[in-house]
Amino acid sequence: MFTILHLAIIAPFLAAVLVPLLYKFIPRIHTGWFVLIVPIILFSYFLSYLPEVSGTGSVMKTFEWIPSLGINYIAYVDGLGLLFALLITGIGALVVLYSIYYLDKHKEQLNNFYTYLLLFMGAMLGLTLSDNLIVLYTFWEITSISSFLLISYWYTKEKSRYGALKSLLITVMGGFALLVGFVLIASVTGTYSIRGILEASDQLADSPLFLPAMLLILLGAFTKSAQFPFHIWLPDAMEAPTPVSAYLHSATMVKAGIYLVARMTPLFAVSAYWFWLVTGFGLLTLIWGSLSAIRQTDLKGILAYSTVSQLGMILSMLGAGAAALHYDSIDNNAYTIAVAAAIFHLINHATYKGSLFMMVGIIDHETGTRDIRRLGGLMTLMPISFTIAVIGGFSMAGLPPFNGFLSKEMFFMSMVEITHFPQYSVDSIGILLPIVAWTASIFTFVYCMMLVFRTFTGKLQKEKLPTKPHEAPFGMLLSPLILVALVVFIGFFPNTLVPTIIEPAMASIMPELAQTGSFGVDIYFWHGFSLELFMTIGVVLLGTAIFLALQKWNKMHVIFPENRLFNQAYNRSLEGLDRSSHALMSWHMTGLVRDYFIYIFSFTVVLLLFSLFGTGAFTIDVENMVPVSPYEAILSLVLVGSSLILMFTRSRLKAVISLGALGYTVALFFVLFRAPDLALTQLTIETVSVTLFLLCFYHFPQIFDALKETKFHAVNFVISATVGLTVTLIGLSASGTRLFPAISDYFLENSYKEAGGNNVVNVILVDFRGFDTLLEILVLAIASLGVYSLIKLRLAGGENK
Amino acid sequence: MILNAIYITAATLVTISILATLYRVFKGPSMPDRVIALDVIGIQLISLTALFCIILNTRAFIEVMLLLAILAFIGTVAFAKYIEKGVVIEHDRDS
Repeated sequence: MFTILHLAIIAPFLAAVLVPLLYKFIPRIHTGWFVLIVPIILFSYFLSYLPEVSGTGSVMKTFEWIPSLGINYIAYVDGLGLLFALLITGIGALVVLYSIYYLDKHKEQLNNFYTYLLLFMGAMLGLTLSDNLIVLYTFWEITSISSFLLISYWYTKEKSRYGALKSLLITVMGGFALLVGFVLIASVTGTYSIRGILEASDQLADSPLFLPAMLLILLGAFTKSAQFPFHIWLPDAMEAPTPVSAYLHSATMVKAGIYLVARMTPLFAVSAYWFWLVTGFGLLTLIWGSLSAIRQTDLKGILAYSTVSQLGMILSMLGAGAAALHYDSIDNNAYTIAVAAAIFHLINHATYKGSLFMMVGIIDHETGTRDIRRLGGLMTLMPISFTIAVIGGFSMAGLPPFNGFLSKEMFFMSMVEITHFPQYSVDSIGILLPIVAWTASIFTFVYCMMLVFRTFTGKLQKEKLPTKPHEAPFGMLLSPLILVALVVFIGFFPNTLVPTIIEPAMASIMPELAQTGSFGVDIYFWHGFSLELFMTIGVVLLGTAIFLALQKWNKMHVIFPENRLFNQAYNRSLEGLDRSSHALMSWHMTGLVRDYFIYIFSFTVVLLLFSLFGTGAFTIDVENMVPVSPYEAILSLVLVGSSLILMFTRSRLKAVISLGALGYTVALFFVLFRAPDLALTQLTIETVSVTLFLLCFYHFPQIFDALKETKFHAVNFVISATVGLTVTLIGLSASGTRLFPAISDYFLENSYKEAGGNNVVNVILVDFRGFDTLLEILVLAIASLGVYSLIKLRLAGGENK
Repeated sequence: MILNAIYITAATLVTISILATLYRVFKGPSMPDRVIALDVIGIQLISLTALFCIILNTRAFIEVMLLLAILAFIGTVAFAKYIEKGVVIEHDRDS
């Protein structure tokens, strides 16, 4: 049944239909105000689900879409889905509010922008609140497509188009892998429902398709979430308008992959591959992204790489959390803290990264540049933006008292804790995990400081700025202010989130554990003098040192100027694909019909000979053969002789005449084999066609006379000889393996009795099988009309005689 | 039996003469030589078909003989006209 929940999920799509109308008919009011209603209503609607999904509760509503294929639109709200729904609608509302002030209603095509944005919002809601894998995949692809449209919003810019294409290629590649993975899972478990699949997870774990399905789904998740080495599309997606970057490329779309990993954790986490792949790639992305972010000079570039890096961090925590599933109860299960940290950081990242993007958008809007080499000294000019930047940046760096500090502490705790995990040889090389995490955090600290201090402190370079800098209007500042207020609020009162959001989400990631009791997550500032605290102190000290010495480091950045390794690989592989496919096509698509005939014939010969000898079908049975009479022998000789002349003659006229001779000999064969009607027809047709050949040759231009010699090609000879041989062998085998008697006796008996005719051939043609004759008449009619129109119709280029 | 042997011999002789005429078709120095040879082949084919009719003891091929005669005539006339005028079917004067 179609319920309000279903309607809520697709409401953005319905609203998207209305956007162009509103834009066209109410041009005085910024279209964004109308759009703003949708996420606000949805946000409050989804808030009402909070009591229902607390603990391990969930709401499931089924609407039958294609029930015969097991594809139903099942809306499923549990802790994880609701967390994402709240993020999508909440940040969506803030982003729409921000975009109202960011995008000018006179200069921009707002109808496009809001249509795409609503499409994206609906797709994300559908993705996270779907229980059916195919429906999930459908929404997954809609997010890719609407993201493509949003990145190329300023489609007149070359870089926008490049970034859009890149992100589409990479995410859709992952999307296809995902689809294959889903189909593999469904083929093992027999259902597309995630609930059903989780129930059958043992079945999947024993299946040989377990690993391929896991790898394909991870490929989909990694490409979407910009994990190493598929992170390259995200920095190029920064060509989108800033609200889009804030919404899609920090808070929602890039977390779709994380959602998928979290969703699939109960299914795949039993495997060591899952643990190492998710944790390993997460940490690799974390350190790679944080190192790359330092090299950027564009504020959005820094934020893009920081998003990459933070996503890696969330993913590595989810991977580490997989260890928790190896314990049966929550008591003494230290690894659940990793999952809690992942979810907590997911929320935190959405809040501070959204505010930072909006802050960067404001700076771009008010100063005209995003290049940190031209910015500086904005602190006194733009105090509110500076406040936002400090809170967001310090939270990202993991400094107290903001929420980033809490999740970073939990991250360290889980990374340290995981080294005690006894399985998967974590105890030997697992010590690397906290070291990598710690190093990456130092660089995270450095780029956060760059982001804040390079932009707002130092000397104001007025001559380098395109416009006179000033503080943004209040409407623009409203959304980031709400977000940083959340950053501070979550920082001070993190435990308000625990029972409402974090624990239900953990329950959906670890459903088996959730049944044994409450997770008892308690987030607090003061751990005592634990290892994590010293790690954070180390991060701050070392990070400050590196930041202060960054000018010296900068020389290294000149030596390794740009983080171009994977971008070059991407560009080269695209070019290489283009070039090699072009080369392949121009190599075998020569345009010469002769070459195509060679392909066709050699393929046919290979196929036929293989099926003839490969399957043991070749037999020669001489029992049913008739003795050869002298006429047949002589006529065969004539046939062979005229075909030899046809092949070896150097004159066209001789070729035509020997072709005629061939045809007449065939007519004689018909006489000999007692087929008078065939003989009659053959004679007439042969005469007409020989006449037509002569007609053609008479009109040949003189220039071709020089080419009239038939050259000898060894390839042609070999192919024609094998074709002839193959057909002969097949004919012999076919006549030797006649399994059933022919049905001709029926015609002979019933020709006069049933149809009243003595000429059996004619009775068959017009009575027993008259349909074929009808259509052959049609063929002749088409041919004659075709010839007539070819001769008469000379539309262009043809010379009129 | 003897009669049958005679028919077979006759058919063989006609076949040999067809082959001999074919030599003229391919060799024949001028176009009229070839056309005449083709005409002769047509007549020879008629007689061969007639012989087959007798050998196979059937009347079914009598139409074939008639058709061959007509085709040989039309073909020869067409070739003759082609050799004389360069075209087989002349256009109307005012088209």
